[in-house]
Parts: sequence; C-alpha cells; structure tokens
Amino acid sequence: MKDTFNKIISKGGPFIGLILVIVLFSIPTETREFFLTYNNFKIIFTQTVIVAIGALGMTMIIVSGGIDLSVGSNIALTSVVGAQLIQRGWGPAPVLLAVVATGAVIGLLNGSAIAGLRMTPFIITLGTLGVARGTAKWMADNQTVNYDGSPINGWMTTADPFSHALPAGVWVSILLAVLTAVVLRNTIFGRHIFALGSNEATARLCGIATTRLKILIYTTAGGFFGLAGLFQLSRLRQGDPTVAVGLELDIIASVIIGGASLNGGVGTILGSMIGALIMAVLRNGSQQMGWPTYFQEIIIGLVIIVAVFLDRLRQGKQV
Amino acid sequence: MMSAVRLRLAGIRKSFGATRALKNVSLEIAPGEVHAIIGENGAGKSTLMKVLSGAHRADAGTMEVSGLSYEPENPHDARLKGVAMIYQELNLAPHLSAQENILLGAESARGGWVDRRSSRVRAQAALAQLGHEGLDLDRLAGDYSIAEQQIIEIARALLIQPQVLIMDEPTSSLTQADTEKLFATINRPRAQGVSVIYISHFLEECRRIADRYTILKDGETVGSGEMKGASLDHIVTLMTGREVKDLYPRSARAPGAVVLEVKTVASGPRLKRATLQVRAGEIFGLAGLIGAGRTDLLRAVFGLESLTAGEVCVVGAPAGAASPRARWLQGVGFLSENRKEEGLMLNQSIADNLTLTKMSDFGRMGWVSGARQRAVAQRWVGELRVKCHDSGQPVGQLSGGNQQKVALARLLEHPAKIFLLDEPTRGIDVGSKAQIYQLVSELAAAGKAVVVVSSYLPELLGLCDTIGVMCRGELAVVRPRAEWGEAEIMRVATGSA
Repeated sequence: MKDTFNKIISKGGPFIGLILVIVLFSIPTETREFFLTYNNFKIIFTQTVIVAIGALGMTMIIVSGGIDLSVGSNIALTSVVGAQLIQRGWGPAPVLLAVVATGAVIGLLNGSAIAGLRMTPFIITLGTLGVARGTAKWMADNQTVNYDGSPINGWMTTADPFSHALPAGVWVSILLAVLTAVVLRNTIFGRHIFALGSNEATARLCGIATTRLKILIYTTAGGFFGLAGLFQLSRLRQGDPTVAVGLELDIIASVIIGGASLNGGVGTILGSMIGALIMAVLRNGSQQMGWPTYFQEIIIGLVIIVAVFLDRLRQGKQV
Repeated sequence: MMSAVRLRLAGIRKSFGATRALKNVSLEIAPGEVHAIIGENGAGKSTLMKVLSGAHRADAGTMEVSGLSYEPENPHDARLKGVAMIYQELNLAPHLSAQENILLGAESARGGWVDRRSSRVRAQAALAQLGHEGLDLDRLAGDYSIAEQQIIEIARALLIQPQVLIMDEPTSSLTQADTEKLFATINRPRAQGVSVIYISHFLEECRRIADRYTILKDGETVGSGEMKGASLDHIVTLMTGREVKDLYPRSARAPGAVVLEVKTVASGPRLKRATLQVRAGEIFGLAGLIGAGRTDLLRAVFGLESLTAGEVCVVGAPAGAASPRARWLQGVGFLSENRKEEGLMLNQSIADNLTLTKMSDFGRMGWVSGARQRAVAQRWVGELRVKCHDSGQPVGQLSGGNQQKVALARLLEHPAKIFLLDEPTRGIDVGSKAQIYQLVSELAAAGKAVVVVSSYLPELLGLCDTIGVMCRGELAVVRPRAEWGEAEIMRVATGSA
C-alpha cells in the first residue's frame, strides 16, 4: 500500500500536480465558465511555448549537473537579433537559422568557459546573464526594435477565436519535446549526459570526453534558448532587449517541478513539460480569478518549494 | 617504576554491525611517556583512536585518565577531560591567522568581545611550550608550510593543557628534515609530563621517538613492551603472523609477452619513481602502506593523473598522451578503489553502469538500444551472481560486494586486456571476495595482464605471481611471489629493510 503510494508520487508526481491545479481552477464560480474550454487551453499552451522550449535545453543542462542562468538574456538578445534581421528584409527561414545560431553561440561560450576554465556553471552563466543582456540593449540602442511585418508574427497568435488550429509554436514545442526526450533516452549523447550528471568522476574514468560533452550540451541548449527567443519575438511582434527578465527562474522551476534534481543525473523531458504547464496554468488561472500579480508570485514560489520538497522525499526513498 | 599511570585502557571492545573492529584492547601509559601504537592497515588503530578521542563510544571495557574514569561524550568533551587528538589530515582554517587557529573555539573573550591582548599571550605561551616562539601569529595559516601548520595544530592541542596527546600518522606528509624537527618539538611537552600516543606505519620512527609500544592485530592487543632493545623482526612478526588460507585459487597460467611497461614514472606529490613490467597472463601485486603511492601509480598509468616524468608503454608502443579514454581504447581497464565516489553512478541502472565505456557497441549511428544493454547486463548479472531485482535497478541499492561485481563486469564486458584493480575486495563480504579471486585468476589463465593494489597482504601473497612493494612514493623492490613473506613485505613497506 505504502509502496504503491510512493510509486505514484515518484512516477506521476508532476502529472498529479497538474491535474490538481486544473481541478482547483475549475471549481470557483469566477472561472468555471471559461477555464475548462478549448480556447482557454489554446491560450495556456501558447503561453507555455517559450518556457517549454527553454526548459528542453535546461533539462539537458540540469540533468548533466549544471545550470544556466543566462537564458532570459539569451532570449532577449536573440529576439533583438531576429527583429533587426527582419528589418533588413530577411525571410523567416534565414531568420530562424540565424537566431538559433546566435543562441547556440552564447551556449558555446558558456560551455567553453565552464569546461575549459573549470569554473562553476552558476558563476559563468551569472556573468553571461549580464553580458548578453547588455549586448542586447547596446545592439537595440536601448529601445524596442520594430519592423513592418513578417510571417513570423503568425507563429504564436491566438487572436482568431474561430480558428481551432493551435499556433505553429505549440506544434514546434511538442515536436521538439518528443525529439529531445528520445535523444536523452536513446542516444549515446543522451546517456552520457545522465552519466556526467550522475557522477562526473565515473564518466571521466569510463573514458567519456567530459570537456567536449559539456560544451556540446551548453551549445545545444543555447540553440533551444535562441529558438525560444524567436517565439518571444513572434509573440511581441518586436524585438525587446528588456524582455524575459527573470525568465530563467521560471524555466529552472519548470524543470525542477518536473522532477529533475539540481544534483544532476535525474530528470525527464515529460516532467519538465508538465512543470512548464503547471506554471502556465497557475498564471492563467490566477488572472481569471482576478488575483493580483503579487499573489500569483507567492503561489508559484510556494509551488516550487513544495515540488522540491517532494523531490527530496522521493530521492531519500530511492537511494 | 612506581609512577602513576596516566592512561589505562582495559578490555575495550567496539563493533560496527557484524564487524568487530576492536575485540580486546588493553593499554597503559605513564606520564611523560611516548607510546607507539603499531599495527597493519585495518588492525583497529583508527577505531581505537576514535574511541579515545570521543568520536566513538566503546561497547565494553574501561578507560581511566590519571586514575579517574574517562568516558568522553564527544571530541569536545574528551578535550575538556584532558585528551587531545591531532588527525593525519590537518584541521586548520586556512583563511584565519595562526593565532586565530590556535585559539579556535577557546578564544579569550570579555562579554562576547575577543580580548586581543590575552589571546596573544596565550597563543604565544602555547608556541613557546613547543620552542617555536618565532612563528608569526598574524600570518594566515594557509600561507604556512605543512610542517609549520602541524606546529600550529599541536599548539592548539596544547592550549588546553592536555594530559594525553594523540598524534595520528604525523609524519606521513613531512620530509625527513621536518620529521626530525617534529621529534624535537614533541620532546618538549613530553618533558613537561604530557603523555603522547604516537601512531605511525614507519617502525624506524616509532623506535626513535617512542619509549614503549603496543601492537594491535585484528582488533586485539597482541604485544607490548619497552622500545629500547626490542627487535623490529619480533614486532613485524607480531603485526602479521597469519596463515594464507585456501581462499586463493591458482589457475594454470604461463606468462607471455610484456604488455604493460612503466618506466621511471613520477606523478603528483606522492609518486616519486616506479618502474615495472607486466606480462600477459601475469598477476602483478602492488603492496605498500596507505599513502605510499600505489593508487597514484595505477591512476597515472591509467591517465587519470598526468605524468611528471617517465613513460608508459602499452603492448610495446609508447602510450602517448594519456587519458582514460585513450586507455580504454588500448584495452586497459581500471577499477577504482572508491566505488561510491568514483567507480559507479549510484543512481543509474546496472545496465547503464555496465555499458558506459562502450555504449557505441549497443546500437548504431549514435543510438543506444536499451534492450541490448539490458540483455548484456542480464547476462553478467547471471554469470557473476549479482543479487538484484533486474538490470534496471539503480546500482546504489545493491550491497557493496554486488556493486563491486558490477564495476568489474564493466571491465570484463569492455573487453579489457590489461586490468588495473585498486583494492578490488575492499569492504565486501568473504563470499564475494572468493568469487573475485576466482575471477581474477581466470583472467590471468585467459592471458590477460592484471595489476592488483591491495592493503591486505594474504590476498596479495595468495593471488599474485609477482609482487612489488612501494615505500614513500618509490617502487622499492619487485620479486616473484615465492620470495616474499608477510614480514618481508612489511619490512620493505615500512622502510626498515
């Protein structure tokens, strides 16, 4: 009986959390009408896209035993780069490639510094958080970068209430989530990420090129963050160097709520995606309840603490 | 002599679960006496010192300090009752000054404020007691040499005017000259009546500094007496004196060509010089005391530490830039002595741990087939009789012996041609041990070269064809097993040959 309970908590913890949050917001009279509708979930999914794509990269990093605090700045910088390229008349496909590449370069710098200088990821990415944010503001001359129009603007729209189709951003997130989950589970690259995070000394002893692996992880994750920046651009329809301040905390929280351990070696893409959804549902529901934003912040903060507490209980049981 | 006994231990026993670390230890020390505690690795010296310094409580037996019953609650209580301990690993706060370190936890204070003048006087007095008045009290402890840091530690221990001072392997990281100075330093508190318990692997040192000795073997006192006139041979015989049992199978094997050559290798602070050759089908044992450089030698050969001198040749060719990755590719496998911190990924599955060195074999184009990993893991689980639910179980849930089998299976599956095994049977039960001996013996019979580091001499003598003994960072003597005995190995390892 107790074993079954533990198993449910350990395997389905985040999923139970998500259902709980949805049920809670479906009960009050203020939200009953609209909350459980297809259109509302379309909005919630769309609002999840940026955090979710960021969480894909962050899951890889956290499973490998690292952390990346520069995500928010990465998103701001890549959104500015994207907007400026659109201004110059670039089409959607080249902009997409350029923005992902820009994010990957930031990741490459992070990874090289962490692996090459043997410094802690926390310090290095705290540094690049400032560097990337400053660069974004510098490039954008401290103001938003506006452009006339681009097909990219349509990738995140929920404006048309008669269209039932989910916007492109949601589909891209789902596709990438499946792909990343498979990579983490079934490729040498993925298994080595778990090995690195579980015990770096063992990974080295078993002949894994840990320096190269770390650089590869941060670069790949940087590519994801660049893509998140593109969807940020699409959502705002402008490049904004001051956007996504503090978003790294939402992304890290999603991954942690999803069951990953900051000690590395543990985490799943499915969990992180559910974590991102929990955060989005909480935001959406709180807005509909008419709760002030400070109240939302308090609730989300408490959810993170409870999730990590459950995580610790679970780890204590397992190891 | 009729002088009172400063410290008396009678019938001390201490068990950890089923392991009886101390079975029956008795000891008497007079005031102002330096008393050497001698014993092999695992004889119970550390446990005894932990009982004395209050870190562990004895299960049975009595302890007295100056005729009063002594039952320390914890190390702090032990200090208050007059027993101070200086550990092998120095315990200084490197960012605090020498004075702050000496007074740590015993600061002179007036209403919560540090009283600088009285602090300085007390720190100076402690140093003067050791004859080291010249030490700059304002310099940061981390800026001092190891030998000077040790003086600071001793001064801290003397601050509370202990009746008994315990020193655990104080010379293990000192040069010869510093060791001489340390002896001069120890003689000062001794002259003032402080009793000193001196633990060292180096018998010559014990003979020079100690007045009397007690020998521990397998948790029991097996001998004691006056150091003056005692023969080292007698002491070594008492320390070892065990029989090699039939635990060790001898496979029919014929050593072939040299596959591993280590030429005048040096690495890190501990490994000074080592030269050896290992043939296919040979089991080569490395004996020596803890810290003599055995593990450092294996790690340097495997590319985990970089060489500062010398060369490693694998199958005749210079092995070039060394990294564990390169070594695995050359067919060299390494078993870490520290399976929990280095050898295994405790929260990952048996299958993942077993296949980590060669995942590309379990799929193609960068993909890994979990089913194939599990199939291989299942095979080894069956073959080595690893007790587990299934090969997907996290390794951390297995017992020590079964964890070690998984770590070994990784080398077997790889498949390695040269096996570097560091303490392959440390901390595992007898059944698993016998199984591992059998396995190693079969490896040699199949033409693999095996290098075994072990602190347990019967194991080395039972298992190996050739044994090399290390002392103070050098591989001193290499001989066929038949020319070695336990006493002889200990003599070379303790530098008393």
